[in-house]
Amino acid sequence: MRRLKFLLPLIYIVFLMLPIYWLLNMSFKNTNEILGSFTLWPQTFTLENYVTIFTDPTWYMGYVNSIIYVVINTVLSVAVALPAAYAFSRYRFLGDKHLFFWLLTNRMAPAAVFALPFFQLYSAVGLFDTHLAIALAHTLFNIPLAVWILEGFMSGVPKELDETAYVDGYSFLRFFTRIFMPTIAAGIGVAAFFCFMFSWVELLLAKTLTAVAAKPIAAIMTRTASTSGYELGLLAAAGVLTIIPGAFVIYFVRNYIAKGFALGRV
Amino acid sequence: MNKTVNQKAWFLVLPVVALVAFNAIIPLMTVVNYSVQESFGDNAFFWSGVMWFEQILRSSRFHDALGRQLFFTCMILLIEVPLGVMIALSMPRKGGWVPVCLILMALPLLIPWNVVGAMWNIFALPDIGLLGRTLNHLGFDYNFTRQPEDAWFTLILMDVWHWTSLVVLLAYAGLVSIPDAYYQAAKIDGAGAWAIFRHIQLPKMKRVLTIAVLLRFMDSFNVYTELSVLTGGGPGNSTTLLSIDLVKIALGQFDLGPAAAMSLIYFLIILLLSWVFYSLMMRNEEQ
Amino acid sequence: MAKIILDDLRHSYVANPVSDADWALKQLDIAWDDGGAYALLGPSGCGKTTLLNIISGLLRPTRGRVIFDGKDVTDLAPDQRHIAQVFQFPVVYDTMTVYDNLAFPLRNRGVAEAVVDTRVRTIADMLDLTATLDRRASGLTADGKQKISLGRGLVREDVNVIMFDEPLTVIDPHLKWQLRSKLKELHQRVGATMIYVTHDQTEALTFADQVVVMKDGEVVQIGTPVDLFERPQHVFVGHFIGSPGMNVLPCSVDNGQVRIGGCAIETANGAAWSAGAGSADRPGGLELGIRPEFIHFAEDGVPVTVTKVTDVGRFKIVSTRFEEHAIKLLVTDGQPIPTESAHLAFDRNQARVYENGWVVPAEAAA
Repeated sequence: MRRLKFLLPLIYIVFLMLPIYWLLNMSFKNTNEILGSFTLWPQTFTLENYVTIFTDPTWYMGYVNSIIYVVINTVLSVAVALPAAYAFSRYRFLGDKHLFFWLLTNRMAPAAVFALPFFQLYSAVGLFDTHLAIALAHTLFNIPLAVWILEGFMSGVPKELDETAYVDGYSFLRFFTRIFMPTIAAGIGVAAFFCFMFSWVELLLAKTLTAVAAKPIAAIMTRTASTSGYELGLLAAAGVLTIIPGAFVIYFVRNYIAKGFALGRV
Repeated sequence: MNKTVNQKAWFLVLPVVALVAFNAIIPLMTVVNYSVQESFGDNAFFWSGVMWFEQILRSSRFHDALGRQLFFTCMILLIEVPLGVMIALSMPRKGGWVPVCLILMALPLLIPWNVVGAMWNIFALPDIGLLGRTLNHLGFDYNFTRQPEDAWFTLILMDVWHWTSLVVLLAYAGLVSIPDAYYQAAKIDGAGAWAIFRHIQLPKMKRVLTIAVLLRFMDSFNVYTELSVLTGGGPGNSTTLLSIDLVKIALGQFDLGPAAAMSLIYFLIILLLSWVFYSLMMRNEEQ
Repeated sequence: MAKIILDDLRHSYVANPVSDADWALKQLDIAWDDGGAYALLGPSGCGKTTLLNIISGLLRPTRGRVIFDGKDVTDLAPDQRHIAQVFQFPVVYDTMTVYDNLAFPLRNRGVAEAVVDTRVRTIADMLDLTATLDRRASGLTADGKQKISLGRGLVREDVNVIMFDEPLTVIDPHLKWQLRSKLKELHQRVGATMIYVTHDQTEALTFADQVVVMKDGEVVQIGTPVDLFERPQHVFVGHFIGSPGMNVLPCSVDNGQVRIGGCAIETANGAAWSAGAGSADRPGGLELGIRPEFIHFAEDGVPVTVTKVTDVGRFKIVSTRFEEHAIKLLVTDGQPIPTESAHLAFDRNQARVYENGWVVPAEAAA
C-alpha cells in the first residue's frame, strides 16, 4: 500500500512531461509531416528547424537579446535589493513597514496595467527598444521579490555577527562584502533564481517595449505564429530551445530548490 | 531580532525606492491622469472627472470580464492548492529520487509564458495535437478554438500544468522542515495518518501555504500571455479575462481614458484582496 | 512497568557491515529491572540514542532481541510496546490546548472521556500544569512544553517504560535543576521504569539508581553512581566522570611493583597483574589511574612541580607536573599548597592499574 503513495508524483511528472515531449516531437518533423499525418515520433527525422534557428540572425538574436536583458535585470535587482533588505532586517525607521508593503504591492501589479504607461515612459526617456528598458521595467516586479527573499534570509543571521565585525574594525562596506554576503550566499542564489525566472518568462512588457533591436525570443516566436505559413516545426524548435536555459538554471540551484522556495523563512 | 532605530537606513533603501518609484509612480500618475480626462484627438484633453470610472463600472463588458476572472481564479485555487499539497505529501521525505523529481517538477515554471501557451496550443489542436486528437478519439467532441467549454477546460488544464509545481515545491519545503521527532512522537501516541496531517503537517505548512495561495491568487489575476497565445480570449470573448480585456482596450484601441480607469479599478481590486491575504498572513506570524 | 532485557543486541546503519566501525552498537546484553531509574551516559556518537530508539521501537535492530517482561517485542511497533518517549526538543501539538495534548494519546486509543478527564487532571497536577490546561500549547515556555511531552507519556496507565533523550537540552540552565528534581520526584511517585539518555554526568548521576556508561557502541560499565566514581572499570569511565576526571599515567609493573617513571607506587590491584595474564594477543598498555580526590601532598612520594592553582570555591584544583605528565589533585580550602616542588602521595586503595584501558582484576584469573 505504501508503494502506491509514490504513484501520485509519478503520474504528475508524466503529465508534466507530455506537452514537452509533444513539442520535442514536433520540432524534429518537417511541416509536411506535421500537417499531413499524426505520428508519435518523427517518421522523417529532421534537424532543419534547429538549423534555421542557429543560422538565421533574426532567430538566434532573439535568444541573445533575452539573455542580455535577463542578466542585466538579475544583477541590477539583486544589487540594489541587498542594502535595502539589510536595512529592513536590521533597522527600524520612519515608514519602514509601509515602505515594505508598498514594495510588495508592486509585485502584485498586473503587467497589463503598466503596458501602455511603460510604452510611453520608456519612449519619452529614449530607451525604447533597448535591453536596458526591459531590464529596468522588470525591476518593478523583481526588486520587491528580491528584497522579500533576502530579508528573510538576513533575518536568520544574528546581529551579533555585524557587531563583532564592527568591533573588529571592519568598515560597513568591507563587512558587507567580505563577511555578510558569503553568509547569506544561499539567499542571494535564491533571489537571483527568482529574478531570472520571472524576467525570462515575462512576455507582455518585453514585447511592448521593443521593436527590432532588442526583441526577445518570445516576441519573435509570436510574430512567426501569426504570419502565414504557420511553421509549427520551427516554432516548436524555438520553444524547445527556450526551455534549455531554464533547465540549466534549475540544475544549478537544485540543492536550494526545496529550501529556497521557503523564502528562507520556514 | 532586536532592531535599532536608525533613520540613516533610508540611504540603504534609496536605490530600491528610486528604481521602483520610477517604474511605479510615473506610470501610475500617467494612468491616473488619463483616467480623469477625455481626449478628442490631437492631444486635446478635457477634465472628465469620474466619468470613465462610472462607465467601466457599469459596463457589462467589464462585469463579464471580472466574472470570468473570478471564476478562473477560484477554479485554479481550488484545484492547484489541494493537488499541490497532496503531491507534496506523497513525496518521500528523503532519498536520491527527490532532487530528480523536484527538478522535473520545476521545469514548467521556467518556460517562457508564450512558449507555454504555444505548447498547449499545439498540444490541444484537435487534429494534430496529442491531447486534442486523443480526446476526439475517445469520443469527446473537442475543439478548443470553437467551443467555449473546451477552451475553458484547456485553459484551466494548462494553468494547472503550469503552476501546480509552485504549490508542490512550497508545500514540500514546509514538510521537510518538520523534524523527525514529531512523527516519532505521533507514532508513540498512536496517531493515525489523518491525525498526523491535521495536527502536525498542516500547522507546519500553514506559513508556506499562505504564501503559495497569495502568489497564485495574485498571479492568476494577472494572467495574460499564456492565455493570449492559447485562445486569444476566444472563442469570441468566452475566455477574455480582465488583463486581456484591458490590453485590448489600451494597446489595441488606444482608448486611453477607459483603459486607464479600468487599470486603476483592476489594480485596486487586486490590492484590496491581496491586502486581506497579507494581513491574515502577518497576523498568523504574530500568533 | 516492565523488566527489560536486551539480548545480544547489535545494530548497524550500513547495509552490509564489515568492520568494527560499521557497527553503531557492537554487542549489548543488558537487563533492567522493573521500576528502576537508569541513565545511559556517554559522549556524542556513542550509540545511546540508537539504543534508545531500538528499545522504543523506532528502530529495528540488525541483530538481537528486545524483551519486555519476558515477551519478545523486537518486531512490535512503538505504539504496541506501551512506551513513552520525551525528545531532545519539546514535541507538542501546537494547535491544541495543553489539556488536549495530554488527552491525545488516550483519545487515540478510544478511552472514555470521563476517564480521560480524570487522568489528564491527575497528571497535570503532578506536573504543575493545572493552571495552563486551557492555554494553547504553543504559548508555553520550553520547560512547560517538555512537561507536556512528559505528561503525554505519563497519562497512559499501561506504560512499560519512559525514555528520555537528553530532555534538558533546550531548557534554561536555572530551570534545569528544577526539572531534574521534578523527574526524580515523579519517578518515586509513579514507579515506572525510566531510562534517561544524556552526555551530562551531573544529570545522569543525580537522576539514576544505575548508570550505563557507553562508548563507541559498547557498554563500558554499569553501576551505581558511587560505583562508577570509586571503582571505575575503565579508564574512560574515570575520565568522563568526575570533574576534573581521573589522572591516567603510563606505568610499568615489575614483579608486582608498580612504577611510574622511577617511582614506586602502591596500588589496589598491582600485585595481581602478571604479564601475559589473559592478554596474550593484545600488546599491553599499562596505565595507572587515580582520582584527584585521592591524592594529597606529603613529605615524600612522587616528586612534582606545582604549575597552576585553580580556585573553584570549596576547594582548589592544583595542577602539577611529573616528568612530562600532568597530575591534578584537589586541595580543600585552607590547606597549604607548596609553591614550587612538592611530593604527592597516592591513596593506595584508590590507585589502580589498567591494561588497555580495562582495570586489572584484583584477584588474578585462576
